[in-house]
Amino acid sequence: MRKLALSDEILLSVEKPARYIGGEINMWVKDPKAVDIRFCMCFPDVYEIGMSHLGIQILYDILNRREDTYCERVYSPWVDLDRLMREKDIPLFALESQDPIKEFDFLGITLQYEMCYTNILQVLELSKIPIYAKDRTEDDPIVIGGGPCSYNPEPIADFFDLFYIGEGEAAYNELLDIYKECKSAGKSKRQYLEQVAQIDGIYVPAFYDVEYNDDGTIKRFLKNYENAPDRVKKQVEMKLSEAYYPTRPLVPFIKTTQDRVVLEIQRGCIRGCRFCQAGMIYRPTRERDVEYLKKCAFEMLSSTGHEEISLSSLSSSDYSKLQELVYFLIDEFGSKGVNISLPSLRIDAFSLDVMSKVQDIRKSSLTFAPEAGSQRLRDVINKGLTEEAILGGATEAFQSGWNRVKLYFMMGLPTETEEDIEGIAVLSDKIAREYYEIPKDQRQGKVSVVVSTSFFVPKPFTPFQWCRMDTPDEYIHKQKLLRSKINEQLNRRSIKYNWHGAEISELEGVLARGDRRLSKVIYDAYRLGCIYDSWSEHFDYDKWVKVFDENGISIEFYNCRERDENEVFPWDIIDAGVSKSFLIREYHRAKKGVVTPNCRMLCYNCGAKKFGGGVCVEIQEAANEG
Amino acid sequence: MKARLKFQKYGAMKFIGHLDVMRYFQKAFRRAGYDSEYSKGFNPHQIMSFAAPLGVGLTSDAEYVDIGLITCESPETMVKNINGVLSDGFYVTGFHILSEPEENEKKTTAMSLVSSADYLVSLKDGYSLDGIVSKESFQDLFNNFYGKQDIIIRKKTKKNDMDVNIRPMITMVSFDEMSYNKGLRDCLADISKPIYNEQYHFIESDSKAEVYENDIKVYMQLDTGSASNLKPELVMEAFCNENGIFFNPYAWQIHRLEIYTRDEMSGKLISLDRLDK
Repeated sequence: MRKLALSDEILLSVEKPARYIGGEINMWVKDPKAVDIRFCMCFPDVYEIGMSHLGIQILYDILNRREDTYCERVYSPWVDLDRLMREKDIPLFALESQDPIKEFDFLGITLQYEMCYTNILQVLELSKIPIYAKDRTEDDPIVIGGGPCSYNPEPIADFFDLFYIGEGEAAYNELLDIYKECKSAGKSKRQYLEQVAQIDGIYVPAFYDVEYNDDGTIKRFLKNYENAPDRVKKQVEMKLSEAYYPTRPLVPFIKTTQDRVVLEIQRGCIRGCRFCQAGMIYRPTRERDVEYLKKCAFEMLSSTGHEEISLSSLSSSDYSKLQELVYFLIDEFGSKGVNISLPSLRIDAFSLDVMSKVQDIRKSSLTFAPEAGSQRLRDVINKGLTEEAILGGATEAFQSGWNRVKLYFMMGLPTETEEDIEGIAVLSDKIAREYYEIPKDQRQGKVSVVVSTSFFVPKPFTPFQWCRMDTPDEYIHKQKLLRSKINEQLNRRSIKYNWHGAEISELEGVLARGDRRLSKVIYDAYRLGCIYDSWSEHFDYDKWVKVFDENGISIEFYNCRERDENEVFPWDIIDAGVSKSFLIREYHRAKKGVVTPNCRMLCYNCGAKKFGGGVCVEIQEAANEG
Repeated sequence: MKARLKFQKYGAMKFIGHLDVMRYFQKAFRRAGYDSEYSKGFNPHQIMSFAAPLGVGLTSDAEYVDIGLITCESPETMVKNINGVLSDGFYVTGFHILSEPEENEKKTTAMSLVSSADYLVSLKDGYSLDGIVSKESFQDLFNNFYGKQDIIIRKKTKKNDMDVNIRPMITMVSFDEMSYNKGLRDCLADISKPIYNEQYHFIESDSKAEVYENDIKVYMQLDTGSASNLKPELVMEAFCNENGIFFNPYAWQIHRLEIYTRDEMSGKLISLDRLDK
C-alpha cells in the first residue's frame, strides 16, 4: 500500500484530505530510485485550481515519458494544512511518492497569475528550500519558473534559479539532458546554469544586474556572466498540429474547476485585442490537426471516464475546422451522455445551433465580452465586436429560447470617458429591449442581463504596456457611476451588476509591470502573513500597503505613470516574438481609435513571422496561390 | 438491467468522501466502456444507489452500489473489467444482476434494504487509552459495558438534546475473528450459495482491515439504516465516557465488514450480496 506523508489524524482534521493523497487515475507510478532525475511540478494555488490547468498536464506527460525522469506534482497546501505543517514541522511533499520536495532535482513552478506570488514563497518555505536563490546550496532543487507571468519575471527574479520562457514542449528535454550530463560529470549548479543559459528561452536572472536611473526607471541590464545572452528568445512549439497531446490526463477524486476533458484546439489568437497579453505572447496562431483532435477526444474520454469535453483556445470561433470538429463530437458522444462545452465562442447561427443541441436553453446563459461600452472605445482596444453583432446575436438567441445574457466589460481602459462607462449601461439596456421586441407569447418569462466589470490591468508585451493605470479611488468612482447609470435605464430591474475588487487589481498592476526591487516587498508581505492573495477572503490590502511603505516603494511609480516610449522595461530582457516597434505602432493606432485587422486578413508585421509557421505562413501561402 | 456491485475501500481511499466515491464509480463505468442508464431530462445523470454512505476515514470490505446498465457482460467479465480501471484502494469483489421487480411490486433501492452492519473497530498504533494497558483489560471493560441493560447517551438533534438508549442497537460483540464468525452463524439466515452462475460472480478477497500491533479491537454488529441507525464512533465514545477514558476520535480505525438486510419472516440477517433485489 502507498505510504502517505501525512498522518490519518492530520488528514482527517483538514478540509478535503483528497488534496494531499495523490493516487488519482492516470497518475504516473515509477520507482524514484530507478530514475536519474526527479522533477516536481508545482501550481502555487490550491489543488482544485492547479489540477485544472492544462499546461501542467502536458508537461507532466512529456517529462514522464522519459524513462530517466519521474515528474511528480505539488500544489499549495490550503491554509488549514499550512498551519499544521508549520506547527508540526512537516516538510512539503510531492503527491506521487509523498517524498519531501527538498530531495528533488527540480522544482518547476508555473506562473499563471501575479496574485500567486506569495504562494510561491509558501511552497519554497514549506519545502525547506531557501526562499532566495542566492541562499541555496548544491543540495537544494533547482527552482524553475514558467508560464505567462514569466514574460516579466523580474518581480520574482530573486526567488528563481532560472526561468523557462515559452512553450514547454520545445526545450524541456534539452534542459534535462544537460542536467544528467552535468550530474554525472560532477559539475556544480553554477556550471549547469551557465550551460543552459545558452539554450533559447532560458533566463538565469543571477547572470544580470540592473542599473537604475535617478528617477527610478531602469537604466540598463548589465551581464555579470559574459556568455549570458543579451536577450532571451521565447521557445515555441512550431509543429503544434501533430505535437503530442496527453490522452491520459489525471482524473482527480474531488471536484475541480475543470472536471472534464480539455481539448486544446489551437494556440495563439489572430484577433490582436490590445489589452490582451495572451493574444500577443502566444503568437503565431497555430491550429491542431482536426483528425488528430478527433482521435484525442475519443482516447481522452475513454481513459478518464469524464462526462464532459471542453474545447480550449483563446478564440474557438477562429479555429478553421470548428464546425467539423463540433458536429463530430455531438454525433459521436452526444448520445452517450457526454456534455460538450464551448467557451470563447462568437454568438452566431452556428454556435446557437450547437448550443441548442448540447445545452439546456432554459438553464444556460449566453456570454458576450464586448469589453467596452462604446464603439469608440472598442475600436481603441481593437475588439472587433460591434454593437450590431451583439444585438443581432442576442436577438437570434432570444428567438431560439434563451433569456439570460452575461456581459463582460473592463473599466479603466486607456482614453476612457464617462460616456464610455454610460455606454455599458445603455448597451445592456438595449439588449434587454431586444428581448421585449419578441411577441409576448413567444417569450420565456423575463430577461436577465448580468453585467460584470473588471478593472483593466496593463500587461507587458501588449500595446498598452506604456499606459497609466487608474487608482482604486478612480475605479470605485467609475463603478459607482456605472451603478447610477444602470439605475437610469428603462430595464434596470432586468440588469444585475457585479464588479471585481479594485485593490487586488491595483496590486496585480504593480506586480505585472514591476521590477526586481519588488522581490523584497513580496518577501516582506509573505512574512507578514500574506498568502492566497487571489482569494478575496485571504487578500489583505492593508498589509501590502504597509510593506510598500516600509520599503519606500511607491505603487504610483509602477501604476500611475504614463511610461516614456524610450523607457527600458524590466521585461525588455525577454524577446517574446512581437517587436517593441509593432507594439508602439499599435499603441499609436489605439490612441487614434484605428482598428487593426486580424492576422488572417492582413499581416501587420508584429514580429512573430520569424518563428516560421502558423498563421503567418498560411496567409503567405494563400497569397502566393491567389 | 439493474446490477449490484460489491467492493472494498481501503488505504488512502478512506479519505475520499461518499459523494466523490459516487462520481468515481460513474467515471469508472465509463472507462470500462459500459453504457449505463441515465435519468431523463436535460441534466441526465447515471442512475446509481449506494447502500449506506461510508464516512470519511472509514475503510470497508463490503460497500454496495446498485446501477442501471444498458450494456453488460457476464458477471465474471464485469468484475475483471471494472477492476481493470480502478485505482489502488478500490477493489470489486462481486457483481450480480438483480431481478426486475414484478408488476405492482414496489421498486427497492439498496439503501432502503439496509438494516444492520458489522464493524471492526481497532485502536491505531501510536495511540493509548488511559488506564488500559492490555487487550485483556480492554476486553474486560468492553464486556462490562456491553453487559449493561441500558447504555444511555445524549444525542444532539436539531432542536434539542435527547437521551437515547443505544444498547438495543448493538446486536453482537466479539473480540476475535473466530468468535465473530461463530456469532454470525447464529444470526444469519441460511441461504444456500447462488444457483445462477450467469447472474452472480464473487471473489474471495482477504479483508482489507488494517492490522495493528496493540491488538486492541472489537467486532460489533450495529443497527444501520433509516429505521434505526447507530454509528460505531458513538459506541466508542460512550464506552470511553463510561470508563473515564478520554475519547479521541482519531485513535480508532473503523472498518466495515458487511451490510445486511433483515428477513421479515425469520428475523435473520441476509448480506446484500445474497439478495436478488
